[in-house]
Amino acid sequence: MKEEIIIAGFGGQGVLSMGKILAYSAIMQDLEVTWMPSYGPEMRGGTANVCVIVSDRKISSPIITRYDTAVILNQQSLDKFEQNVKPGGLLVYDPSGITRVPERKDITVCSIDAIEVAAELGNSKVYNMAVLGAYLKMRPFLNMENVVKGLEKSIPARYADMIQKNREAIEKGMEKVKIISESAL
Amino acid sequence: MAEKILLKGNEAIAISAIRNGVDGFFGYPITPQSEVMETLMKEKPWETTGMVVLQAESEVASINMVYGGACCGKKVMTSSSSPGISLMSEGISYIAGAELPCVVVDVMRGGPGLGTIQPSQSDYSQSVKGGGHGDYHCIVIAPASAQDMYDFVDWGFELAFKYRNPVIILADGIIGQLMEKVEIHPVKPRRTDAEILAVAPWATTGKPAGRERNIITSLSLEANTQEAFNRKLLAKYDAIRENEVKFSEYLTEDAEYIFVAFGCSSRICEAATDMLREEGIRAGVLRPITLYPFPEKEIARLASKVKSMMSIELNLGQMVEDVRLAVNGRCPVGFYGRQGGNVYTPEEIADAFRKFNNLK
Repeated sequence: MKEEIIIAGFGGQGVLSMGKILAYSAIMQDLEVTWMPSYGPEMRGGTANVCVIVSDRKISSPIITRYDTAVILNQQSLDKFEQNVKPGGLLVYDPSGITRVPERKDITVCSIDAIEVAAELGNSKVYNMAVLGAYLKMRPFLNMENVVKGLEKSIPARYADMIQKNREAIEKGMEKVKIISESAL
Repeated sequence: MAEKILLKGNEAIAISAIRNGVDGFFGYPITPQSEVMETLMKEKPWETTGMVVLQAESEVASINMVYGGACCGKKVMTSSSSPGISLMSEGISYIAGAELPCVVVDVMRGGPGLGTIQPSQSDYSQSVKGGGHGDYHCIVIAPASAQDMYDFVDWGFELAFKYRNPVIILADGIIGQLMEKVEIHPVKPRRTDAEILAVAPWATTGKPAGRERNIITSLSLEANTQEAFNRKLLAKYDAIRENEVKFSEYLTEDAEYIFVAFGCSSRICEAATDMLREEGIRAGVLRPITLYPFPEKEIARLASKVKSMMSIELNLGQMVEDVRLAVNGRCPVGFYGRQGGNVYTPEEIADAFRKFNNLK
């Protein structure tokens, strides 16, 4: 298996750390990973994105321009990356950041109201984990056990109490993800 | 079993320095390598191994702190990115002239001048051909993964002490920022004073009774003495060229076409090779792991049996000069590059390849 993913949104939405937790969880499942951020002159409030590749074989190029999955958290990122999802691929978006819905008919489109999940759990910091949960529901290649290990590895020891909260957010995200349209392919 | 952790290339340099018994790191921040010192400061190795980590007032100061530490036989290093390495070049020349071991990490960004913070490979010539003044060479090793960043610190010091010569780890913004799985090995403790004396009997560790003073200098005003020293350096560089060449090959066995690429470019060329192979075109990749010494014999060997070679670099064409020298007319040599922090995709390389070889 090989899954090439882009996660894109505003700086501060937890785009990079969502990618990191996904990558660490995949390592816990003995998969190969690369995590490559955009590191231009970005700033808080600007756009941020990260490409994560997960594979059961050695990964050559970490640079990709076509994606199996795009996780989209703002309009700019939708405009930029929707066209680069491979036919038959997946697009997961958060409707609260979007003014125009995705138009592609040859990919599967899902939405996750991650702000609502974070509000229900009473912690805005778990927003990105709700999104991760939605993604993992649609692409279930990781065991929850390894995702929890990935969380444990990624979260500094002084925030250990956040592991359970993050896990709940992932599980809620899995429940709340909505399929908007299936790929016509 | 070795532990596997997720690290950025830059973080891997820092963690490896601590775990491989490095005595001192002296640096000055610059994108895209700032995580090296940030990680060292976060890990506080002075509380565990006793390693010194110091943010100097400038790159010039940090390379001269490395010079001082190296005189004492210590394992000392610095890291910077392109403009910072230019500032260090005088110091690197002095360290080469004083025949001292050290490791310098260059996480390249686009130039010339202040350029851009995005990835580039445009310090190839600077690192491999000189950078500073005088007849000298650094040993230059080029990592292509976070694991390489981890492993090359230890390998770099091994080479540096074996030859009493500065070693440059020539990385780029992609390898510095890329996070991957890294296998970490058991901790190597810092050398004791007795171990330093054994491995570096030339070091200025204080003169005991019964031996002459150790003198470390790069100054020699008498022409014949200086020439004899230059010849001694040449013999050392010859030995390095003979013994330390390292490269890796991807599908070169039956290849009719070869990409030559180092660092992140070699991985992008592997993906381009896979694409071309699907079309039935037998391509392969030769990745020089040591840039100095350059794998000229292997390139010459391959050049005799392939239709063409292409050097793929994130610059205007620097390594391609060495490829042409090694090929020496045996086959056509092409070049494709991107600059300014732009990075080619595998598709783009495959297109440039077809164009150069008049295929389709």
